[in-house]
Amino acid sequence: MPLQNKDLLTIEQLGIDEINLILDTADSMKEISTRDIKKVPTLRGKTIINLFYEPSTRTRTSFEIAGKRLSADVVNISTSASSTLKGETLKDTGKNLQAMNPDLVVIRHSVAGAPKIMANSLPASIINAGDGAHEHPTQALLDAFTIREKKGEIEGLKIAIVGDITHSRVARSNIHALNKLGAEVVIYGSFTMIPPFIERMGVKVASGMDEAIKDVDVIMMLRIQMERQSRFLFPSLREYSTVFGLNLDRLKKAKEDVLIMHPGPINRGVEISPEIADGPYALILEQVTNGVAVRMALLYLLIGR
Amino acid sequence: MLLIKNGRVIDPSNNIDNYLDILIDKSRIVEIRQEREEGKEESRVTQIIDARGKVVVPGLIDMHVHLREPGHEYKETIKTGCRAAASGGFSSIACMPNTNPVNDNQSVTKYILDKAKSEGCVNVFPIGAITKGLEGEFLAEMSELKNMGVVAVSDDGKSVRNSELMRRGMEYAKNFDLLVICHCEDSDLTAGGVMNEGFTSTRLGLKGIPNAAEETVVARDVILAELTGCRVHIAHVSTEGSVRIVREAKSRGVKVTAETAPHYFSLSEEALESFDTNLKVNPPLRSIRDVEAIKEGLKDGTLDVIATDHAPHSTLEKDVEFDYASSGLIGLETALPLALQLVNEKVLSLSGLISKFTANPAKILDISKGSLIPGNDADITIIDLSLHKKVDVNQFKSRSRNSPFHDWELEGETLYTIVKGKVIKDINGLVV
Repeated sequence: MPLQNKDLLTIEQLGIDEINLILDTADSMKEISTRDIKKVPTLRGKTIINLFYEPSTRTRTSFEIAGKRLSADVVNISTSASSTLKGETLKDTGKNLQAMNPDLVVIRHSVAGAPKIMANSLPASIINAGDGAHEHPTQALLDAFTIREKKGEIEGLKIAIVGDITHSRVARSNIHALNKLGAEVVIYGSFTMIPPFIERMGVKVASGMDEAIKDVDVIMMLRIQMERQSRFLFPSLREYSTVFGLNLDRLKKAKEDVLIMHPGPINRGVEISPEIADGPYALILEQVTNGVAVRMALLYLLIGR
Repeated sequence: MLLIKNGRVIDPSNNIDNYLDILIDKSRIVEIRQEREEGKEESRVTQIIDARGKVVVPGLIDMHVHLREPGHEYKETIKTGCRAAASGGFSSIACMPNTNPVNDNQSVTKYILDKAKSEGCVNVFPIGAITKGLEGEFLAEMSELKNMGVVAVSDDGKSVRNSELMRRGMEYAKNFDLLVICHCEDSDLTAGGVMNEGFTSTRLGLKGIPNAAEETVVARDVILAELTGCRVHIAHVSTEGSVRIVREAKSRGVKVTAETAPHYFSLSEEALESFDTNLKVNPPLRSIRDVEAIKEGLKDGTLDVIATDHAPHSTLEKDVEFDYASSGLIGLETALPLALQLVNEKVLSLSGLISKFTANPAKILDISKGSLIPGNDADITIIDLSLHKKVDVNQFKSRSRNSPFHDWELEGETLYTIVKGKVIKDINGLVV
């Protein structure tokens, strides 16, 4: 069974079978990155464009490496180097890129829905690498892959997502993915960063950190994005980390084998204490490793067959 | 003379709902009378419109239109806006002052009126600014504006942020018995929001605008209306809370009236899932619960008027990322069939609906329109209630295409728009 659409825009629109197909494919892709010669010819002759309207190190590099390990030609465009500064619209940029016949465009954009504009106007496949606070589907897939790798399966697990839910595309994509895969999702954060009716997305809202992390198998901490926050959301980083941050003291109240995840980049000492970030249960770097495998799987599934 | 015969004449201002003939001489209505038998028409009748099976009403009035001229003629001009109005059955429109330059002085008012006279095909009633340049700092010269012909003042597009200035604006407007039309929005609470705050905004990750952004200012302006005794009209009501506040104020006798727009009872926030920027409008499309409350407000009379907030934008403003798109949609050419849906849904009687397009806005704006009395201007709209039509924005007379109703199947259509005795639209379309 192939993927249903030419694009990957959201987890919400993805079927359970499709998610499992991607994860299963990533299983076999992961091994390639451990070889001495980390390259297979699968996407030879294919062109991938990474179009990033927001700064990104991890995701952009991950897509670039994924493409190159599959022998695709990968071109990176970031805002400062693109024609957006000259006032070109997203649609026009898309049309111009299409004129050069790419097979796939990876787009990150600060506005929710922007990848959909590209998907609707370009015949090339589009992967959403994060659109505003909407979705970040590849992050959720690599998170699911990482959890599945550690726990065997996701069904029946209890998972907490803690932090700024309102502004987090990672939270939204993960809520959809984990729900579809049969996990129970609990969220927690300051009420200033919990969006209305979030429980209708199929989550429970915890009333405190201890309640949120009690009995869960996985804790996902979200980054406080200081650069994009309204200044009214919390009074100080100090108070934020005291009330909403994860530290060793708090962690004692969680399960012994709880896994700690974070989409990065982490703010050490804010949402997560250094001891935890560097500690034995933190999967933060494995998430990054798995990101390459998951993205290789997606590139292969979308344009490799 | 023009004779409109055999039609069902509905004129809520005179409690008329009957089969009557209307005789028009040049620009005025001369007689409204019982139907006469065929062949007995006076020899002076030169033209007959057979309105059998149709509804004949006072020319519709839209008291909330953005004509974009002067300043943004690529979106709409007075000429194209008037044509869109006539096409939609409107014989009179009131235009908001947020042009460039702003209609905050008599020269701009005069420009609009002159242009409307020379190029427009419907009656245009300019609305002046409350504050100079709509900047919320100094009062506009309302006396001069009124003398030149504005029918109301408004800073529509934004609220007058400073409450003392709003108070003084109402008091000052009262000197000239000018209506103050309030755009109610706390821009701090809106804070960059692009759609209604609710489950859909949560799902889509689009920044939400809470109902409170509208309601807090509706409450303030209603309280200031009470303080000042000025006639105040609340524009584009979109929330349950706003309806409740206005209802309560009216029950205490505060001189407040209110309008809503067809999109606030025809669409709700869920539609935004498509990320269609034509659905981006301010105030935003609200929840289903709000839609029901708007209908209830129309039904019990809390909402006096249906006005379109016709807001033309070109693809330059709309064919972009959702956050970057301008707010607003065009409504003149879809308002009537959308509103007629309320009759099918038994929210309003046909006469009740027509009053919200005729008698009520005429009374609020204090203009001698919206009533079929001998001696009045012959502004008449003839409607076929059963005509089905698929909306096609490419057929619109407006210069812009930003309607979310493209491809909608709607029932009920304007067949004739008559302005001052002149047939502007007939069954073949516009004749101007």
